[in-house]
Amino acid sequence: MSAPTVEAPRRVLSWRPGPVALAGAIAVALVIAGELVSPGFAGYGQLVNLMRVAAFLGVIAIGQTIVIIAGGGGVDLSVGKVATFAAIIGSRVMAGDDGDLVPAVALALAVAAAIGLVNGLGVTLLRIPPFVMTLGMIGVVQGLILAYTGGQASGRAAPALTSLVNGRLIFDLPGLLFLWAALGLLAVWLLRRTTFGWNLFAVGANRTAAELSGVRADRTLIVAYVLSATFAGLGGILLLGYTESVFLDLADQYMLPSVAAVVIGGTMLAGGIGGYAGTAVGAIVLTVLQGLLTTLDIGGAGRTVVNGVVLLVLLSLYGRQRRLRS
Amino acid sequence: MNVLREIRLPGVQLSGTATVAMLVAAVVVNSALQPNFWSAYALTSNFATFVPLVAIAVGQTIVVLSGGIDLSLGAQVTLSAVAAVQLLDGRLDRLPLAVAAALGVGLACGALNGLVVALLRLQPIVATFATSFVFSGLALVVLPTPGGSVPIEVTTVYRDAVLGVPVALLAILGLALLWWVLRRHRVLRHVYAVGGDPEAAYASLVPVARTRVLAYVLGGLFAALAALAVLANTGSGDPFVGNELTLASVAAVVLGGTALAGGRGGAGGSILGAIVLALVTNIVFFADVPTTYRQLVNGAVIILALALAGIPALQKRRPAA
Repeated sequence: MSAPTVEAPRRVLSWRPGPVALAGAIAVALVIAGELVSPGFAGYGQLVNLMRVAAFLGVIAIGQTIVIIAGGGGVDLSVGKVATFAAIIGSRVMAGDDGDLVPAVALALAVAAAIGLVNGLGVTLLRIPPFVMTLGMIGVVQGLILAYTGGQASGRAAPALTSLVNGRLIFDLPGLLFLWAALGLLAVWLLRRTTFGWNLFAVGANRTAAELSGVRADRTLIVAYVLSATFAGLGGILLLGYTESVFLDLADQYMLPSVAAVVIGGTMLAGGIGGYAGTAVGAIVLTVLQGLLTTLDIGGAGRTVVNGVVLLVLLSLYGRQRRLRS
Repeated sequence: MNVLREIRLPGVQLSGTATVAMLVAAVVVNSALQPNFWSAYALTSNFATFVPLVAIAVGQTIVVLSGGIDLSLGAQVTLSAVAAVQLLDGRLDRLPLAVAAALGVGLACGALNGLVVALLRLQPIVATFATSFVFSGLALVVLPTPGGSVPIEVTTVYRDAVLGVPVALLAILGLALLWWVLRRHRVLRHVYAVGGDPEAAYASLVPVARTRVLAYVLGGLFAALAALAVLANTGSGDPFVGNELTLASVAAVVLGGTALAGGRGGAGGSILGAIVLALVTNIVFFADVPTTYRQLVNGAVIILALALAGIPALQKRRPAA
């Protein structure tokens, strides 16, 4: 059932076996811990539910993986806001009507892609550091959301979208998990089997060398940011299908977890090394952790503290940088 | 003014000019739009709201100069502030205790970050993100809902003026002076060296790990100072107060011409950058921008400013990726 772990192609595993396997082991360990603490935690229905929550983070983190692999301090802090904005646009345009589903999704993704394009142009042409560019973009997108909604989100998810996301297909699994698996496969294919993917790794590993080898680095980077925003928008649309109605900060909280999922999945923040399989497992780890902390019922404040501590422990297992002495 | 002298340090000059130009433009536009901009009352209340961001921007600068970044600074401000306000309990005689508590909390938070980044060697962006959970969770434990009270004397003095100079402006000058002193200390020289090239610094017998820890500790110290300013400005505690400060502090650092890669820049620019950011919010407010468009205009202006701040870098060699 954990489709994303299974889908990892051999090449990824044999090339960098450590992080992905480790993250997978941690996810399993967390599930076992949950079952010990609260019997029923590892039940089929409960696990499916956790996977469903992980899917939103997993989809949003696809773009984050791409941008981080691109290197040069690449990171997209605007993914949360872009996902929120896409959901708000989608909700308002489809307004609960199946007939408007396709134009609504198309418009939402086009706007998201445009935001990504601006990010990409800022990073490449104006040479604004990605961290700062996408940070500034959070403010702009928040402004766009306020201007577009007037402070109040409207509309509703189309029934078709809701049944696509929540409807049970084979093995009582929600459609969302199949969508995530498909998008995950698409991401792995994009990174491993396309010219864009190869260029991306080349630019991330050594931009100068890539450029000297004829890779158009700026164009690759711009495409990376466009893809990042588009996948974020897609995550927002899926979230809309799940919640059916939107609010103004629907997906904002996915911003930093998307980065954490990428790091836990073994993709180097320095760029050039990594892949989506790890990120998908990272998203599962973070979600299972959340679920475990909720089950433990230690109260909101304590949960936040434990969440931070566990995240530190997870990161220190393999998110470490090399020693200067080595 | 110390601030102006500071930005003429070698290597920061170009960006410094851009930052000063932005500040002048912001002040001109703001004084044109805000009718009583130069009145004592408006100046005092403007400066009073600037101080927390200025303080946290100085702290962020030191961390960034060391080659790191601290995404938990806002949470540190929150934790220091709620700890202090709980101890204060509205009593003036407890003020020294509360100040000591705020500083202690800030230093401890900074030390934790430093240990995590320098000794565990975690990537700063995710490690400090994780510690920010710890700090904001603890803040909720200390003060679950907004409340607590600061003695009225403190808030009155904070909004007062000495010989016509607002106390808040003196606080900003004090922060600049503190930076100026630190800048001349060996620790900050080490911070620049480590941020510029850790391998070279290590080879030159600079204690790299210790310097990194100290940079985060100093970041925590300035977060605590920001917390005190927040308390003096608002008069009460709020377990969510620091949330917005973190990212604004990074923006202020960049507007001030400090390279996020580390090793180049200084807090003088960041102080001006923080003031520019605050003035932009002011300008958008007084420009009669419709409420729903305010944030959009604000965000767009900041992006433009960030792009302008990057222009001097464009004229130089493009950065190696």
